[in-house]
Amino acid sequence: MTAAQGKAADGKTIQTVVRTAMRRCGTGRDALLAVLIHVQRHMGHLPDEAIAAVATAMRLTHGEVAGVVSFYAFFHQEPFGLYDCRLADNIIERHAGNAAVQERLGTLLKGGLGTLSTTSCIGLSDQAPGALIDGAPIPSLKDDRLEQVVHLMEKEIPVARWPGSLSRVKPNVRRADRILQQQAWQGEALRQAMTQGAAAFLEELELSGLRGMGGAGFPTARKWHSVREAAVTERVVVCNADEGEPGTFKDRVLLQRHAAALFEGMTICGWCVGARHGFVYLRGEYRYLLPILQRKLAARRRAGLLGQGILGVQGFDFDIQIRLGAGAYVCGEESALLESLEGKRGVPRPRPPYPVEAGFQALPTVVNNVETLSAACLVAVHGGAWYAAVGTAASRGTKLFSVSGDCSRPGVYELPMGTPLQELLQLAGAHRTQAVQMGGASGALVAPHDFGEPIAFEALPPGGSVMIFDQSRSISGIVHNFACFFAHESCGFCTPCRVGTRLQRDLVHKFTLGHGDAADLSELKELGLLMGRASHCGLGQSAGRAVGDALQYFPEHFPIASPDAFVQLETALEQARALRQAGGHTP
Amino acid sequence: MRFVIDGMTIEAQAGDTILTACRRAGYYIPHLCFHGDLPAQGNCRLCLVESKGRLLPSCLTKVTDGMEVASATEQLHTLRLRLTQMLFVEGNHICPSCEASGNCMLQALGYRLGLLDNHYPQFFPRRPLDASHPQMILDFNRCIQCQLCVRASDQLDQKHAFVVAGRGGEAHITASSSNGQLGSTSFAATDHAAGICPVGVFLGKGVGYVTPIGERRYDRADIAQAGDRNA
Repeated sequence: MTAAQGKAADGKTIQTVVRTAMRRCGTGRDALLAVLIHVQRHMGHLPDEAIAAVATAMRLTHGEVAGVVSFYAFFHQEPFGLYDCRLADNIIERHAGNAAVQERLGTLLKGGLGTLSTTSCIGLSDQAPGALIDGAPIPSLKDDRLEQVVHLMEKEIPVARWPGSLSRVKPNVRRADRILQQQAWQGEALRQAMTQGAAAFLEELELSGLRGMGGAGFPTARKWHSVREAAVTERVVVCNADEGEPGTFKDRVLLQRHAAALFEGMTICGWCVGARHGFVYLRGEYRYLLPILQRKLAARRRAGLLGQGILGVQGFDFDIQIRLGAGAYVCGEESALLESLEGKRGVPRPRPPYPVEAGFQALPTVVNNVETLSAACLVAVHGGAWYAAVGTAASRGTKLFSVSGDCSRPGVYELPMGTPLQELLQLAGAHRTQAVQMGGASGALVAPHDFGEPIAFEALPPGGSVMIFDQSRSISGIVHNFACFFAHESCGFCTPCRVGTRLQRDLVHKFTLGHGDAADLSELKELGLLMGRASHCGLGQSAGRAVGDALQYFPEHFPIASPDAFVQLETALEQARALRQAGGHTP
Repeated sequence: MRFVIDGMTIEAQAGDTILTACRRAGYYIPHLCFHGDLPAQGNCRLCLVESKGRLLPSCLTKVTDGMEVASATEQLHTLRLRLTQMLFVEGNHICPSCEASGNCMLQALGYRLGLLDNHYPQFFPRRPLDASHPQMILDFNRCIQCQLCVRASDQLDQKHAFVVAGRGGEAHITASSSNGQLGSTSFAATDHAAGICPVGVFLGKGVGYVTPIGERRYDRADIAQAGDRNA
């Protein structure tokens, strides 16, 4: 996986790399992202010559390709040296001491050995601090393990030859229920659904109350029904495996250990709605899961569970392709994901039309996340009533939670919908908890008086990420991390989000320095409302939510600064004197 | 088909958005990234209107028979003022020395909304000039990212001379050539893309200040009456 610098220095080699990439990934516009990922993998970076070669070969303008390259964080135009090190930098990683890693590796890599950059979340918050080094996950990067990495880097040993123990990611499943206890379906669930017939199965799905587990909670049966009813011949199933909310990692476990349930769920969906093509949009951070997923897909094709004539049924054709993302949180938004899947910049589309009407290449498309599609197998096997027997009236079944932060047992918990947050905190071994961020950066910051509330679509957001903060943590510091995240991840399309997220970041920063004043407080509140009401997509609409919650429930963390915070006369005079002594013109 | 906006009943044709129906009827809703010759995309958010408690971009929202819409509310006025201020602080808009002063839709909106200050701190971004083209200079300091030039060059001129690059605060419009310079594209000063900018990014070389400041379109009349400069 190491960079092969210089390998493609002459034009001829670049053309060869591009040709190979297009042979493997496709020649159509929708293959652009995949082609660029391939070219970067073989050249180490994407110099202008490579962009020009891709543009020529794919008959696009140079700017069109460059526009895509500059949208995604994982593309770089400069060579990065021997190691491409991306340190996770969300608030959990910070609390776990990633600053020490940053300092240690930063010093080491500075001399050209490699590049150290930060990225928000790589799905390892339960084993923080973590980093992706040349795409390989390195969890628990501290003490001996950090020293081991430093030692290997000093000897310039390629990551591919590092001991496997360094990149072993613990599943950390703390509590498994229905979804995590599923067997590795080899067509059994699919057969059960097919025995019922599509219309009857959709009724079971409706009865199950299954809703989109990504956080939006849209009824799954209704989505599938719309696509099935569309008066077209081609339909598409897309699995959103772009879990990018800081602090989430449940999909990592589902993909690593339960891919059979996902692929079977997608196939059930393909059969039910009449789609022949399925895509898994896998976040770039999970690229290390690609080989295992590809192997499983190949095995399913051999077993007649994918491809043509599935289970021997004439005309039941369905196959699944995996497409990689390249580091853009906004692509978790389903219409941005579809744009990215088409090889474009991940800018959310105006809605309507919704993906069920016009999704991937304007075809009716089901977009569901990993957990929802996996849960669909349970409905096929056990029926809707069985599925709905657990949970609350509006939120049925069980839900996976990625628990991280200040607790003794971080990891994945599968619990019935409607479980009070307090119960989850106890299970996780959280003490002196000051606040919990539910549903990732775009979710809600929950204060202790609400810990008794159930986690469900109608109460505390069940998005999946549960970040725990104890009494020692600074609330303004936490929401500043989120504010920076949104400013970095805004796609830049609409005014309120593009400008508002930067204004919010700078205003919250003032409070972390103790410099905030009363006007800043009211400005922050107004900004949050403005972004929430005026933004084009869910990213901007939720960008002010955690900050708003923090202001409401933790006002003591946002004190109004005294004038001394701004003018410290003695210090200022001291600086002036120093300047004059240094030969400046200060009076 | 009819709908009601701010208490006025307006006739709409099938497929009309709220904005197109209002424009035909001569009822002004503020907008910057909309142009009648191009499909709407809804990024400036100035044309947001309220219906059933939700804010909707009027350029994208189809009229339904009997719908009730509010545009001239105190709340929407403040929201539009803030969005305009955001656009001002995000770029470098030095109206007194700008060749487009008096012909600029951003400035005209500022007048209309009673914009007296920037409200937010200035970002002072560093944005390059592109003087590579023989007939035209691009001054991106004034760009408000409406993407009208990108869309016009793609869809009206079929030249694909402009693209959006970067993301978030780094997002910017640039020429689509390999060196990023307009002079290396097939762009011509007579293109639709050249005249569609609502602000002052596109400046013709060899001409300037033909109409004195003070006698220009929005110096004489409010944007609601004077119409779009790029119409």
